Parts: sequence; C-alpha cells; structure tokens
Amino acid sequence: MKKLVVTTMAILFATSIIFAQSEKYTMAIKKNLAAMDSSFKNPADLLKLANNFERIASAEKNQWLPYYYAAYCQVLYGFMEQDKDKVDQIADKATDLIKLADSLAPGNSEISCIKSMIASCYMMVNPMQRWQEYGGESTGNMEAAMQQDPTNPRPYFLKGQTLKYTPEGFGGGCKTATLALQTALDKYAMFKTASDIHPNWGKQQVVLLIKECK
Amino acid sequence: MKKLVLIGLVCCYSTVTAQNKVSGRITGNKNKPVLGVSVQLKDTYDGATSDSLGNYSFTTEETGEQALEVSSAGYFVILQKIKLDKLPVIQNITLKEQITELKAVVISAGSFEASDKNKGAVLSSIDIVTTPSANGDITSAFKSLPGTQQVGESEGLFVRGGTATETKIYIDGNLVNNFFYSSTPGIATRGRFNPFLFKGTIFSTGGYSALYGQALSSVLILESTDLPEKTQADVSVSVVGIGGGIQHLAKNKKSSWGMSFNHTNLFLAFKVIKQKQDFYKLPTFNEIDANFRMKTKNGGFVKYYGYLSQNSTAFRTNDLDSIVLKNSFGIKNINIYQNLNWKDRIGKGWRINTGVSFSTNKDDIANELQDATNQKVIIGAPAFYTNKNFNLVNTGVFAQARVVLEKKLAGLNAIRFGSDYFFSKEKSTYTTYNGFQFSQEVKDNLFAGFAETDLYITNNVAAKIGGRLEHSAIINKWNVAPRVSLAYKLATNTQASFAYGIFYQNPERRYLPSVASLDYSKATHYIFQFSQQTKDHTFRTEIFYKKYNQLYKTSRNATNQDIIANNMGFGDAKGLEIFWRDKKTIKNVDYWISYSYLDTKRDFLNFPAAIQPSFATNHTAAFVFKRFVLPWKTGFNLSYNFATGRPYYHIAYDNTLGKYAITDQGKTINYNSMSFSINYLPNLGKKDKTTFAVLVLGVTNVLNQNQIFTYNYNSTGSRKEAVTPPGRQFVFIGCFLSFGVDRTQDAINNNL
Repeated sequence: MKKLVVTTMAILFATSIIFAQSEKYTMAIKKNLAAMDSSFKNPADLLKLANNFERIASAEKNQWLPYYYAAYCQVLYGFMEQDKDKVDQIADKATDLIKLADSLAPGNSEISCIKSMIASCYMMVNPMQRWQEYGGESTGNMEAAMQQDPTNPRPYFLKGQTLKYTPEGFGGGCKTATLALQTALDKYAMFKTASDIHPNWGKQQVVLLIKECK
Repeated sequence: MKKLVLIGLVCCYSTVTAQNKVSGRITGNKNKPVLGVSVQLKDTYDGATSDSLGNYSFTTEETGEQALEVSSAGYFVILQKIKLDKLPVIQNITLKEQITELKAVVISAGSFEASDKNKGAVLSSIDIVTTPSANGDITSAFKSLPGTQQVGESEGLFVRGGTATETKIYIDGNLVNNFFYSSTPGIATRGRFNPFLFKGTIFSTGGYSALYGQALSSVLILESTDLPEKTQADVSVSVVGIGGGIQHLAKNKKSSWGMSFNHTNLFLAFKVIKQKQDFYKLPTFNEIDANFRMKTKNGGFVKYYGYLSQNSTAFRTNDLDSIVLKNSFGIKNINIYQNLNWKDRIGKGWRINTGVSFSTNKDDIANELQDATNQKVIIGAPAFYTNKNFNLVNTGVFAQARVVLEKKLAGLNAIRFGSDYFFSKEKSTYTTYNGFQFSQEVKDNLFAGFAETDLYITNNVAAKIGGRLEHSAIINKWNVAPRVSLAYKLATNTQASFAYGIFYQNPERRYLPSVASLDYSKATHYIFQFSQQTKDHTFRTEIFYKKYNQLYKTSRNATNQDIIANNMGFGDAKGLEIFWRDKKTIKNVDYWISYSYLDTKRDFLNFPAAIQPSFATNHTAAFVFKRFVLPWKTGFNLSYNFATGRPYYHIAYDNTLGKYAITDQGKTINYNSMSFSINYLPNLGKKDKTTFAVLVLGVTNVLNQNQIFTYNYNSTGSRKEAVTPPGRQFVFIGCFLSFGVDRTQDAINNNL
C-alpha cells in the first residue's frame, strides 16, 4: 500500500512537471504572441520578440513553432529596417531560423509563407536587380503554400499584398489584388487553427488592405 | 513516512522558484554599445535583448553554474560561464565582429566590375548592352569608363598608355587569343562574342591579380552565364543580319544545352549608308556556337562552349602613292574556339577551378594594286609599288590548360594557387607578286605558376598578396612577378586602395622570329584609389604611375621586314582618372561621367626616341545617360565620348643613317561622338505572354561630327590622308524575339 501511494505520488509529480513544462512552453509562446500587435510600432520590439522566440526555440529543440515565430518576427523586422545595407543580414538570420523550422515540420504551408516573405525581403533591397532571382522564389513559395494547405488563408494574403504594391502595367494594382484578398478573407472565415499557439495572423491586415483599395 | 516524502518533494520544488537577476552591458568595436543582441541562459527560456545603450537585464529561476550565450548577426557567438546564487549577477560582454563580405572592405584598386551580384560592381551586366556608343560590343562598353582611349581605327582596348595587345581577355579563366575579328586596315573590328553569354565582367586597368599574366596593361575577365531560367528559343532580325538559337533546360534543372546560328551581312546597311571604302565583297559572317552546362552535386559547374566562325570581306581604297591606282584588301577568316571548364567544391574548404581551351585561327589575306578598271597591276619599281601585290596566310593553333586550387580559411581569408600552360604555334606564309614564298613558324610553350592570398585583418583592412612565375620557350628565361593590393576602409562606404605589381609580356608574333636574345617586356604599376560607393552613387578616383622597361625595339631586316632587334625600349605613363555614377539625383535617370588624364611617352618598335604614341591622347571623357520610361515601355540611352587630338607621325627608315627618323608629325582634331539608342519592349508586363520582343534603334555619331582617328602616309611621306570611320554614322534597327520564357523580368532589371 505504501509502495502504491509513493509510486502514484511519484507518477503524479512527474506528469505535473511535464505538464508544467508544456504549460510553461504554451504560456511563453502566448505571452510573446500577445506582444506582437503592439510591437509593429517599434522595430526594436520586433527584434526583441524574435530573440524571445529564438530562446524558446533553442530550449525546445523539437518544436517548430518557436523557430517559425522567430523567423516571422525577423522577416517583419527586415521589412521595417530603413537601412537597406542591413536587410540582407536580417533576412539571412530569418532564413537560418525557418530552415530549422522546416527540418522539424517539412512541407508545412505556414513555413512556406515565411519563406515567401523572406524572398520578398531580399528583393526589396534592390527590386530592379533582384526581381528575377527573388521574385520567382517568393511566388514559388507562395504557390507551394497554397498547395500544401488549401485552407490556409495566409498565402492568399501575401499574394494580395504583393499584387497591391505591383504597378498595374505589370499585372498588379488594386483590382487584381482585391480578388486575392477577398479569397483570403473567405478562407480566414473558415480557417481553424490547430491550437491557440498555432499561426493565426493576417486577417486584420487583409481587411485593412481591402479598405485601402476601395 | 508518507508525509515526510511529500514534504521533501514540495520543499525541493519550491526552492526552484527563487529568482536571480542577471544584467550587464554589451559592447562591440571601440567599446561602442551594440543594440539588439540576444542574451540567453543556455537551454532555458530566460534571457533578454540589449537596448540602444547595450544594456540587458533579466531574471531567472535557474541556479548554479550556467552558460550565458550571447549572439548577434555579424558577431561571433560568445559563451560566458556564470554562477547563479542569490546575489544579482552583473556580466558585461565584449563582442568580436565577424569579417563578412557585407562589411569588409573591397580590394578594388585598378578594377571595374560589371556584375549583378557582387558588392563593389560599378556596372550591371546589362549596362554593357545598353551603352549606345558600344553598339552591343563588349569591349566598346568599357570605352565609356576611365583609363581607355577612344581609338577607332583599330580594335582592342588601349589602356593607360598601353597598346591594344597589352590587354588580354579571358573567358572563365582561359585566355582568348582571337577575341576580335581579324584586323582590317583602318577599320576597327568588333569582338566575336555575344555580350549575353556573360554574367559578369571584371575590367582591370592595372594592378591585376597574379592569376593572370602576359599583359603589360590590362586584363578583361569574362565569366559565362550559368543555367538558363527556362527552355527558350530566340530569333533576331536586324539591318545587319539574322540569327536564331535555342537554350534547353533539363527537367531537373541541373543541366542545359544550347546552340545558335548567326548570319551577318552588311548589304542593306551599306546600301543606305555610304562607306568610304569600296566594298566589292561585303562583310559577311557565319557563326555557329554551342554550349553545355551542368550543375554538379556540390553546387559547382561544368561548362562547355564551342564557337565556329567563317567570315570574309574585300574592299578598295585609293592608293596613297598614286593618283589613279587603287589598293585592294581582301580577307577570309576561319576561327574555332572551344572552352571546357570545371569549377567545384572538393571538400574541407577546398575549391577547384580547372579548364582547357583550344582554338585555331586562319587568316587568308590578299592585297593587290588595281587600276581604274579594277584590274590587277604589277609595277616592278619602286619596290613600294611591287610589294603591294602579295598574299599572306596566317594560321594559329592555341591550347591552354589551367588549374587553380583555393582554400577558404576563417573569415574571408583564402589562399589560392595553381598553374597555367599555354601552347601556341603560329605560321605565316607570305607570297610575293611573282610567286616567291616565305614561310615562318613560331612556336611557344609557356608555363606559369602562381599563388595568392586574401588577408582580411579586420573588416576595415584587407590585402591581396601574390606572385607569378613564368617561363616561355621563346625567351627561355624565368620571370617572377610580385603583385600586391591593399584596401582600407576610411568610413562606411568609403575606402582607399593601393595596388602594386610587376607584369611581363612576350613579343608580338608579327615581329618574330628574332635573331636577338630577348627578354620579357616589363611594366610596373603603382595605383592609388579613393572610392565612395552607396546603392545610388559611385565616386572613384585613381592616380597611377606605370613604368615600362625592356620594351621591344625593331629594325629592318634584309627582306624589309620589321623584326625585333633588342629589348632596349622604355616608357612611362601617369595620370588621373575620375568616375561618377548617379542613379538617384534625377528621378528615373541613371548617368555616369568618366574623365581620364594621361601623360605618356615611350620609345618602342621603330620610334626614334621617347614620344607620345599615336594611340594615346591627354584627355578623354565620356558621358552616358539612361532612362527607362515605364508607361511607354521604352528605354532611352545616350552617350557622348570626347577625346583631345592624338599625335601622328611619319616614321621612315633612313637608309643612309641606318635608322628610323620622324619626317613629319602633327595632331588630329578633337574627337567627339554622340550616340543614342532606344529599346522598346512591347510585351513588357504582360505576365502570361510567352513571346517577348525587344525592338532596338541605335544611331552612332548623331550630330554627324567630323572624326579623324589618325593619318596614313604614302611611302615617301610626302602625302597624307585622314583615317576616318568608314561611314560617318551607323544606324542599327533590330528586332529580338524570344519564345518560351517571359523576359519581362530581364527587361525590368535591366532598364529601371
């Protein structure tokens, strides 16, 4: 009897540690996700968040989400960086992170979205010279994301966003962009996240972009 | 007992929650704070990011010996052991900067790079095609950069007081012996190769790397393109001919093959634009080329390029020695060039770059004196009339093998070494008016070994130090050529560079064989550069001094041929050059200006003393303007080239004195030339179109300015005639179509 109690206690205690551990992980991700919205105002905050996610990632080496979010924050930081000479380095960092996420969850639609964003980030440094190389890479990953998960609204959001900022003479402009953005919006309405720490961003921006186009 | 266990467990669990504060300051170079550095307690979530003052701080529940991992892009990662107990820990960290391509200084003294990728490139690869004065010719585009002369009567790049033969041209590391079409008197020929074959070009106006040799002044290094983006076919129709080709990309995108055919015939162009010469055989060119490219497992490449050309022309000019007679010159040329290259990573940081090339060239030249009815005339005396009737057949066989090994070391440091072997066999057969034949053959085996190291001491200081060793069978001596380049970053985007080197070159084939015991001709370069480069502007200025020693002197032999007599020639060149390119100040406009000042004198060949050679002028300037109007899908390009007049001489052999003397001299008028071109891309932006068209209109010498390159003298020197371009202007109209791939992106890259 004594033995049984001790064993039960021990098991209970052990599971509580594991539970506490995963609870700690979920809470950490959540806490940082909650800080995302306000961080858009300040690029330095984005870098801080990227580092926070990377820290979680390096402690939880089997989880793709922290690497994914770290890469996401890095690439957003790259888009916001005004000094074009620094962007390549940031995009390189984001590439390293998304590669790690990719190795843990290959063929993931969300990861392809980040890859597409990173390619766009490289391209923005010098669109005239880099269009050929990175424009294709960005579109390729966007299309891969659509195939990997047809319910994922984010590749459509990225497509709409890209089209909006492409001149009309080159097949862009608000008209074509709105089509893609509308598709994205429909998909957002149907989209169910796997958990509350899985990717679920972009809807607000889509609404905003559609508004801008009206 | 039960309770005890439980209490024990709870106690030990609660001790974990004790908090420790860790903080400190992170600095980099010169004790400056670094922002955005990630500080992490290894394998935990705990950590922070440094703020703009370099400060960080966080709390942790961990205890005992822990490692602090500090990382930031561009710096080496630092692991710092710390001990956590109840007291707050203060840990300052000094980061060490990584030497990265992005931050490091660029070794650039004496060299201009045209590339889409590399940092420090002055031109993009498309600039070569859209510079209107170049007319789609690779080397001509470089005449809009400082350091080159506006020589129009013969081909090649005349760099910093050097002759055209002092510039050597390499494709993928292999020397190209007949880069230009064979010379015709008074008319500059073009380069044989299509500019679209190359993705990158380095044009060195001096102080170049130990990997190259046998050029006293300059090297032009061309790097061929990798795999095409998609399978496609091209067709071109223009006033000078037609062409077509195909590039096939394998399904796995690992290899490609391609071939093309071009036929050039100047019938139409010469019909409309009157030529000074009477072309009784219009210039025609037939060319076939083929390529194969394969990506290797380790990201390297195997590339093959083969080229076959057959071309001919013949024209008459008024004979300078008489009033009624004409001089007729005809040439037939067959050229084959083949180049096989392998570039790869071979493990442990080693890279190999090896290649072989093989080429043959045959020129069949016929020269005749003709009367008013274009019939051949033979006049027995004086000899200068008699010698105008001749046949000359030149054949050349050239082969090269090359291997370069490179080891990448920490940072950007590298060492590379390798060797080159060149074989050449050139034979000329000269047939006089009465059928006598003289045949000469010159063979050479040239061996070269070289080694070079890239040293990056910090991101701000770099050096390239190398040396080259050569042995040529003709000279039968060894030469040792040291090369040094230094670069120092003065501020972000601003740097100073210096280059020094010794360069050796063999004599030109046409002055051989010589009976004298010869040495290599030699040049020593000193170059100092200051440059400032941002994304939108490039400013560069260079001053240089080049000393020539052991230049070849010629004398007349028994058969009235100029043959090398000794190595006692000498000379020097010094000057100042400025380059400014601006893509920002005027919206959508990209322009560059270059200016060169050159002061040079030399005593070589048949010069009686050290004089300013006829291929060098004191001031040269170029202006290039490019604008792409997006709504019109049209690019407008304009260029203006200017050069002050060049000296010209009549140097005659004085039989009584037994030496050469200047019997007449003068200076040409200034050279001015304005050219423009328009590129219209009708399918631009239509994303789904598989056909892409480019329509080109190019006009040279728009203002119809009088251009005199130099003067030709008759045999006695009593009469001279200006050497001018064959036609005052040239108008190029062409249409280039490609199927199967949308080249819009190309066009956007190229022209925006």
